[in-house]
Amino acid sequence: MTTTISPPRSPNPPVPSAATPTPTRSGLDARGILASEWTKLRSVRSTWWTLVSTLGMMAGFSALLSAAFVSRYDHLDAFEKATFDPTLHSLRGMYLAQLAIGVLGVLVISNEYTTGMIRNSFMAVPQRPAVLAAKAAVFGAIAFVVSEIASFAAFFIGQAILSQKHVQASIGDPGVLRAVIGAGVYLTGVGLLGLGLGALLRRTAGAIASLFGLVLVFPVLAEALPSPWNRNVSKVLPGGAGQAFAQVRRTSDALSPWTGLALFVGYIAVTAIAAVIFVNRRDA
Amino acid sequence: MIEARNLTKRYGPVVAVDDLTFDVLPGVVTGFLGPNGAGKSTTMRMILGLDAPSSGTVTVDGRPYRTMLRPLHHVGALLEARGIHPGRSARNYLLCLAQANAIPEARVDEALDMVGLTAVARKRAGGYSLGMNQRLGIAAALLGDPDVLLLDEPVNGLDPEGIIWIRTLLRGLAAEGRTVLLSSHLMTEMALTADRLIVIGRGRLIADTTVDEFILRSSGNRVRVRSPEVGRLRAALEPEAEAVETRDDGALIVTGLDCPEVATLAAAAGVPVHELVAETASLEQAYLELTQDSVDYRPDQSGYPISANADAA
Repeated sequence: MTTTISPPRSPNPPVPSAATPTPTRSGLDARGILASEWTKLRSVRSTWWTLVSTLGMMAGFSALLSAAFVSRYDHLDAFEKATFDPTLHSLRGMYLAQLAIGVLGVLVISNEYTTGMIRNSFMAVPQRPAVLAAKAAVFGAIAFVVSEIASFAAFFIGQAILSQKHVQASIGDPGVLRAVIGAGVYLTGVGLLGLGLGALLRRTAGAIASLFGLVLVFPVLAEALPSPWNRNVSKVLPGGAGQAFAQVRRTSDALSPWTGLALFVGYIAVTAIAAVIFVNRRDA
Repeated sequence: MIEARNLTKRYGPVVAVDDLTFDVLPGVVTGFLGPNGAGKSTTMRMILGLDAPSSGTVTVDGRPYRTMLRPLHHVGALLEARGIHPGRSARNYLLCLAQANAIPEARVDEALDMVGLTAVARKRAGGYSLGMNQRLGIAAALLGDPDVLLLDEPVNGLDPEGIIWIRTLLRGLAAEGRTVLLSSHLMTEMALTADRLIVIGRGRLIADTTVDEFILRSSGNRVRVRSPEVGRLRAALEPEAEAVETRDDGALIVTGLDCPEVATLAAAAGVPVHELVAETASLEQAYLELTQDSVDYRPDQSGYPISANADAA
């Protein structure tokens, strides 16, 4: 129990009265708000769990699937061997890793709503779009770095294993570097989609369910549509569009990499704009 | 100074805050009093720019909260929902708020020290007691050394020592010329801490006055007087008083007169007086009387008397 009664006033109390209005410094303190969001992100354990999961799933599944392919290799027919895409094969962990990074994206904001922290955040920075932008920037940067490390690790681990059968890809092969970077971009994008959905729905469970529905369930449902709708719908969903950018070989039922990327970014932008409008208007 | 003008908040058909107009003045502690569901927390959230008023305005030092840059230097608040992530330490919680308002990191440690949380500053908040969480919330409110403080139920969960500490702290802050708005159900606490009162019920303003005046205005103010000649005394007082009752123990309970008036009348009639006591209504009585009609959810009368249940009312 402290015996301090009155708070020590700072030497130059930044407490202007009504008589001396604050010199309105134009613009926000972007660095401070970014630093604040970084403190929030690094100071909860779920951040580290989900990031480690992302890394583990990418690297682990690459090793697992590549080893499985190598052991089956001699039983494969010529068609299977001819259409084998070693780069994509080593990056397939992204189907699972997207869930980990997506959950983190959701939690970054839904945690604030479920604990009530969002009110403290908006009391500190009443300019809500700035808070959301800082969140997206800090989370996006961390997610991008971790996803790219995961993606490159998955690629090199996978190729090392596949080299036993001399079917490995080289990072210098046409389209390969783009695809490996693309897998990291895709994961980052799913995380940002999660952040947007978290801001819109404000509940962890609802936002995670929506995100998983969007990237996992919708594609399966689309497959059930009559041809040619099944392929045409699936490839323009967020998952199909984003994954197109992470493929070396363009399959017939996928968009071109850059069209896919543009569409994927479009989905994120629409979600982000909706989130900013909703969060700015609604009561916190 | 906080200025609310015709502040109204509707949730569909429900009017949570109904045309509130009041000023919260600097230099005094203003108590914000009202039964549960009266609209206290909603009003506080509107002051802080968290909820948008359906109509009307509210400003802090002349400005709507949402137009402020780095507002923690101006306004500190402790809300009902404390908003502390159980996995985050006290220090990181305060640090992220400080960083967003360009408050130096040293001030975070100062604030932790002020509320006595230095020893557990780096522990996860999930393990804190209710009282520790409360102290952390108060540290957050004081972080920017603000001119205006809003505290929703600050003594909740504090031990008696902590309650005395916060009372002294708030009075000290007000004495420095700051604006302090404090909501509480604990009326004895209000009587000890607040100078002024804003009382609301069902979202409407019931009273905006000083604590003393509030109690004085209550019809509970009476004078108790004893005399060996009760009949003569009664006869002397009755023409002047609003009412004179004789209690079982022989004392007279006089309403509408104060002690000097009773003494003068008794002296004029030549009646000896053995006891003369002012029975002041407590803030609690005054409050219950005023808010009787505006309690939304009242416990079953047969089960719990309202006065014994004032906390929940």
